[in-house]
Amino acid sequence: MIEFLSALDQIMSVAHLAYLITGVLVGLVVGIIPGLGGIAGMSLLLPFLYGMEPSVGLGMLMGLVAVIPTGDTFTSVLMGIPGSSSSQATVMDGFPLAKKGQAARALSAAFLSSMIGGVVGAIVLSVFILVARPIVLAFSSAELFMLTLLGLSVVAALSGANVFKGLAACGFGLLIGAIGGAPATGEFRFTLGIDYLYDGVPLVVVGLGIFALPEIISLLVQNRAIASSPNKLGHGLKQGFKDVFANLPLVGKSSVFGSLIGAIPGLGGSVVDWMTYSFAINSSKDTSQFGKGEIRGVIAPESANNACASGSMIPTILFGVPGSGSAAVFLGGMLLLGIQPGVSMISTHLDLTYTIIWSLALANILGAMFCILFTRPISLLTYIKFSVLTPIILTLILFAAYQATRSLGDFLLLGVVAAIGVMMKGANWPRPAFLIGFVLSSGAENYFFQSIQFYGYSWFTRPGVIIIAALIIVGFVLPPILKKKKLKEKPEQLKDENEDTHVKTVSWADWAIIATLAISGTYALIDIWDSSTLTKAFPIIAIAIVLLSVIMVIRGYIKEPHKKIAASLTPNLVYILGFFVIAYCYYLFGFISTTFVFSLLFLRFIAAATYVKSTTIAVCLVIFLVTIGKVMNVDFPEGIFDPYLLGTINRFI
Amino acid sequence: MKKISKIIGASVLTFGCLMALPAKTLAAEVPSTINWTIPFGVGGGTDVWARFIAPNLTKNISGNPTVVIKNQPGGGSITGTNLFYKRAKGNGEDILGTSASTLFPFMLGDQRVRYNFDKWIPLMASPTGGVVYIQPEFGVSSADDIAKLDGVTLPFGSQSPTGLELPVFLAFEMLDLDIKPVFGMKSRGAGRLAFERGEAKIDFQTSSAYMNSVVDLVQNNKAVPLFSLGILNNEGNIVRDPAFPDLPTFEEVYAKKFGKAPSGMEYKAYRKFLAAGFAFQKVIFIPADTPSDIISEYQKGIQKMLKDPAFIKDSKVQIGPYQNVMGIDAAQYLNDAITVSPEMYSWISNWLKTKFDYNL
Repeated sequence: MIEFLSALDQIMSVAHLAYLITGVLVGLVVGIIPGLGGIAGMSLLLPFLYGMEPSVGLGMLMGLVAVIPTGDTFTSVLMGIPGSSSSQATVMDGFPLAKKGQAARALSAAFLSSMIGGVVGAIVLSVFILVARPIVLAFSSAELFMLTLLGLSVVAALSGANVFKGLAACGFGLLIGAIGGAPATGEFRFTLGIDYLYDGVPLVVVGLGIFALPEIISLLVQNRAIASSPNKLGHGLKQGFKDVFANLPLVGKSSVFGSLIGAIPGLGGSVVDWMTYSFAINSSKDTSQFGKGEIRGVIAPESANNACASGSMIPTILFGVPGSGSAAVFLGGMLLLGIQPGVSMISTHLDLTYTIIWSLALANILGAMFCILFTRPISLLTYIKFSVLTPIILTLILFAAYQATRSLGDFLLLGVVAAIGVMMKGANWPRPAFLIGFVLSSGAENYFFQSIQFYGYSWFTRPGVIIIAALIIVGFVLPPILKKKKLKEKPEQLKDENEDTHVKTVSWADWAIIATLAISGTYALIDIWDSSTLTKAFPIIAIAIVLLSVIMVIRGYIKEPHKKIAASLTPNLVYILGFFVIAYCYYLFGFISTTFVFSLLFLRFIAAATYVKSTTIAVCLVIFLVTIGKVMNVDFPEGIFDPYLLGTINRFI
Repeated sequence: MKKISKIIGASVLTFGCLMALPAKTLAAEVPSTINWTIPFGVGGGTDVWARFIAPNLTKNISGNPTVVIKNQPGGGSITGTNLFYKRAKGNGEDILGTSASTLFPFMLGDQRVRYNFDKWIPLMASPTGGVVYIQPEFGVSSADDIAKLDGVTLPFGSQSPTGLELPVFLAFEMLDLDIKPVFGMKSRGAGRLAFERGEAKIDFQTSSAYMNSVVDLVQNNKAVPLFSLGILNNEGNIVRDPAFPDLPTFEEVYAKKFGKAPSGMEYKAYRKFLAAGFAFQKVIFIPADTPSDIISEYQKGIQKMLKDPAFIKDSKVQIGPYQNVMGIDAAQYLNDAITVSPEMYSWISNWLKTKFDYNL
């Protein structure tokens, strides 16, 4: 208790507050710019960090780590680009809300729920940290495997009308996630002999390709502003707050759930938002608006991801095993400050631990306040004609993708995934199901293998395993029963809705996806056939899911009459081709010089902006890139021209 | 007269300048910014090591250059090291920090490796040690009771057959321990967590991780240390680890159990990978075509750093009580450590195949 209060006293000192706010501001910037994670933030704070008083340094780091999932909401909602992996679910409804002209509402709701989530997370952390050790140790590889299954079970909720499409997409995600070294043997699978694929496929690139690029391309094809009804901005802010208060139970549940999932090392923050998102769907009376701009779809993941950041501090502090990417950064920072994580953080350094927790709560509050302050001016961005924003967004996306492994492969893969994403979007295949499969792939395989190795086949008799299995079954069985009950009570209303979603159509895009899945499934099967059992066991499960689901989908098309429609995706696919060309130019000629030339030409001749406007935007982009490259120590493809360009710029500074 | 003196003065001045100019360029300086490539992500062991050393380099190298750490994760350090091999400029601007997982794939002929150590000179190497420990449930209180473990299957959480644990696996095998490896641990820390959960029965940690996370377990009777890997002394012999003077080395335990010193190809391979993975665990490299006076500036700076009392004090905490190796010694030993004879290579690849069903 004394430590609790002395830590409060400590963080209220002017020095601590000042550094905390610095951390928060850096964290927000890092969160807003997609692709920058804790790495960039660390490199920015590091010069100050080294040799600093540990409690003050911790405050600054905590400020940074805590608000990354707050700041990234801006890009998720306004541009449809996940600012970081923990905001991918926010895009699902946040971006449609922005398209409806309710960006301010989505943002303010997101920030308020982020704040509540963060504070709840801090409270859970402060109580839990004292008793957490045995609980965290109780989660063995068997329970962790069941948790990944729990994560996969949300695919059902995210799949919408056609479950087999969802399963096929999810299986495909599992398969793509299996590219690279097999965890059990280290043997390489599906690498096609390409160096880039040996390490597996980066999450950032898949996220951007499957969600962001298809959205952006379809907006570009329509070429209007992101939002079409500006009049609603007026009361958007207040409406967002009201939404949060109207959904307080959802906020509370998501926050507690988020912080508990975060506390388990190995599951990671990138699924918790999807799990709470599907939870929001399952617990809603009316699910028709999800994916089209349902505010609950923003509130749930946003409460969860900040809480998850707090929760992931538990294994980091107690065991020195980071629970998430940003926790890894925090761990590195702790070591640099000369603080060793471990049991001693509770026995002898309890004051420091509480400094971390207080800073966490305060950072969440400050971060959300700063964001709310800027919500209105920033959300006005959505009323600009989209073609004007295109070069900026494209630069951000390429920039973000390139930070994954810093090779041309990032660009190429982005284009390939985007092509699949465009078709999935056009034919209404559930993209989240694909992403969930992808994210959980390595964990599912790893923990399954480990639990069998450690426990033999008795692992499923463990009480923890049985409890989680029961949860999964309840999750599957309960919603249909409730729906049936509702159908009995109010048959009319639900029937209408059902008929709406039951207009069955099939287009060439469907067939293209089916062909892609079938071909890659078959190829994968041939590729893996001769490998050792442990290498091929998991991929074969994934392949089986893909191929069987594809067969079921085709069977559905044959059995029930589907209306044949022509998916008008041709312009979108032309843009994808264009994307490959542009991306290669970015790589070949240099990122910064191509940004300048491309933006200038695009704005002037395609967006038909004035020369003055085009030049201004292009110059601003260059300034932004040069600054960020310098200050945050970020790399760009150098290409042919950039060295000269940077040399010239350096001479003038 | 005045004019002439002016002309002479001007000529002298010009001449002087011309003389001074090449003199200045000849005495090459370490650039004001050094890019230090770390082929790992932020917050990992090598990253923290580099971030600990970087400000000390700045302090001790003449001109106090800014050291910028460039993380280039991927491929377990192979990606970043390949890029460095391809791109690094030999003007003193670029240096590289490596770890055991950079050396092992090279020694094992991993097909992804595009680098070679012929283009680089090691500036400094930081060694580390490691400790093997087991669950207390087997009634073993020290390595003296190791015979009690005969016939007991010991699950061991490991990253991969060719990771840092490779020599440890060899040690286990020589001691006739029945180890059941469970691969796919994301880090040694994850392996330790499996041990703390009771899933793994035996575990191994490098010195600093052991001191920070396992000593507490030992004190609370949740772990029993068996032996340390020891360290290589200047004569190339393995001696007790100064961080764990009370723990026997692997060699001592082996001698006690079997009444003779370990020998044969298995032990040779153990020594080889122990040297590469632990004696040279972290190395700073510089491209060999860097001008020699820049290299010597670096060497002077590092020498100064290693003598700096503040650095010595901090590095005990950060790296362990080990002597950092530098200069010619490092180059010589490193070269020995990473050269694998064809005979040993085929032995190792055969061993990996039969033991772990792993194809090199």
